[in-house]
Amino acid sequence: MDIERGKITAIMGPSGTGKTTLLKLIGGQLKPDTGTVHVDGENVHKLSQPALYDLRRRTMGMLFQSGALLTDLSVYDNVAFPLREHTKLPEVAIHHLVLLKLEAVGLRGARDLMPGELSGGMARRVALARAIALDPQMIMFDEPFTGQDPISMGVLVKLIHDMNHALSMTSVVVSHDVGETSSIADFIYVISDGKVIQSGTPMELKHSNSAWVQQFLGGVADGPVPFHYTADPLMEDLMQDAK
Amino acid sequence: MNIADKLQSIGCKALKRFERVGRGSLFLWQILLSLPYIMRRPVLLVRQLYYVGVQTLLIILVAGLFVGMVLALQAYIVLVDFGAEDSISLMVSLSILRELGPVFTGLLFAGRAGSALTAEIGLMKSTEQLSGMEMMAVNPLQYIIAPRFLAGVIAVPLLTSIFMAIAILGGFFVATEMLGIYEGVFWSQMQVNVDFYSDLMNGMIKSLVFGFVIVWIAVFEGYDCIPTSEGLGQATTRTVVHGSLAVLGLDFILTALMFNV
Repeated sequence: MDIERGKITAIMGPSGTGKTTLLKLIGGQLKPDTGTVHVDGENVHKLSQPALYDLRRRTMGMLFQSGALLTDLSVYDNVAFPLREHTKLPEVAIHHLVLLKLEAVGLRGARDLMPGELSGGMARRVALARAIALDPQMIMFDEPFTGQDPISMGVLVKLIHDMNHALSMTSVVVSHDVGETSSIADFIYVISDGKVIQSGTPMELKHSNSAWVQQFLGGVADGPVPFHYTADPLMEDLMQDAK
Repeated sequence: MNIADKLQSIGCKALKRFERVGRGSLFLWQILLSLPYIMRRPVLLVRQLYYVGVQTLLIILVAGLFVGMVLALQAYIVLVDFGAEDSISLMVSLSILRELGPVFTGLLFAGRAGSALTAEIGLMKSTEQLSGMEMMAVNPLQYIIAPRFLAGVIAVPLLTSIFMAIAILGGFFVATEMLGIYEGVFWSQMQVNVDFYSDLMNGMIKSLVFGFVIVWIAVFEGYDCIPTSEGLGQATTRTVVHGSLAVLGLDFILTALMFNV
């Protein structure tokens, strides 16, 4: 699997197929049993801890599904957190940077709120502002659209798309929201049970001749992925109870 | 289930226990390595000292006062039969300084601050705050765990000394106001018979050990918990149970070592 610089790469697949695990592998939070992960030319799992942290600081941002905002800090302090930890910038410069990042996600006015006061969509936007605070080369989005109302979803889709182009970042979007994801992705990997089933541009996938991919993209209830979980025939089961 | 299966399941459980002990020890080692980071961010330590120390103060004060008062009453009941009620301060102060101060403070700390630490860290884990921090290249061991650990280790001996002081004052109040012991007798008995090193210092050493073990258990349980509401509840319970048992068990060992029985 290759993730190209400067592009939006989507990783799609049903729940529980290891999409989030894949992101954690890329970020070095989990170790693979076999295989290797290279980021910016470095084997993530061969690095020492300081080197890994250095790699994360230089190249990676990650947007968690829950936002993962620090609940004891305000929106402003959350975005300022990576800047304060990793740079020696004076507070004035941090102030400017934080406001600019918040402006980019449209939440400059919410800077004094606490994470508990934000809606799910707003929390994700703040987390996005925080993820781009250090201008990483790559951002990983873990299910950015799940559980969002249509407006927040539209906002997030636009933000991911615009940021990728404005900052010429590499974006990795893990998602099972077919429509939104294929509208912005340059390249899509469809995975199931930890294997890449198919890959290509959104157009190529639409015309894929794999029944599985078609079922997934179309959201069909029954198909190669059966509706019924494996079980004995219904009649047998019922008769057993009668006995 | 036949015997082989039973043996196997016992073996499995034992292995899991040992694995946890191993993880806990490694975790402690990593915390100790992370401690220098606090020098760069002392404000983190100060904030935690407030949370685990200052906020535990009230329960320590109230408990200490009553323990001292009850102890004085009980001491009087025993001693008056022998006409030795003048030694009431001796019995109160020695039991407080040697045993009850450190043990009570340890138990209360495990219940009040230890459980809160576990719940807080566990919730941070389940809301992905710890992972998020890792991905921002901030080591949660340095930023979250180390300040809490050090704050606990510092707070417990301080709380213990406050407990000791207030308990003795409680005993003093009961002895002089209710039981009619002379103030001078109360203090002079204590002054003559209580040794700074063998009594007070040993108590403080105990409290340092208790504090160390309780916060170690508390932060480990939080960090190692299964990030679900059920797992978090179990972890919090384990902190209180294991923390309290550790205090009592260690107290026995330390007493045996310190007083050469």
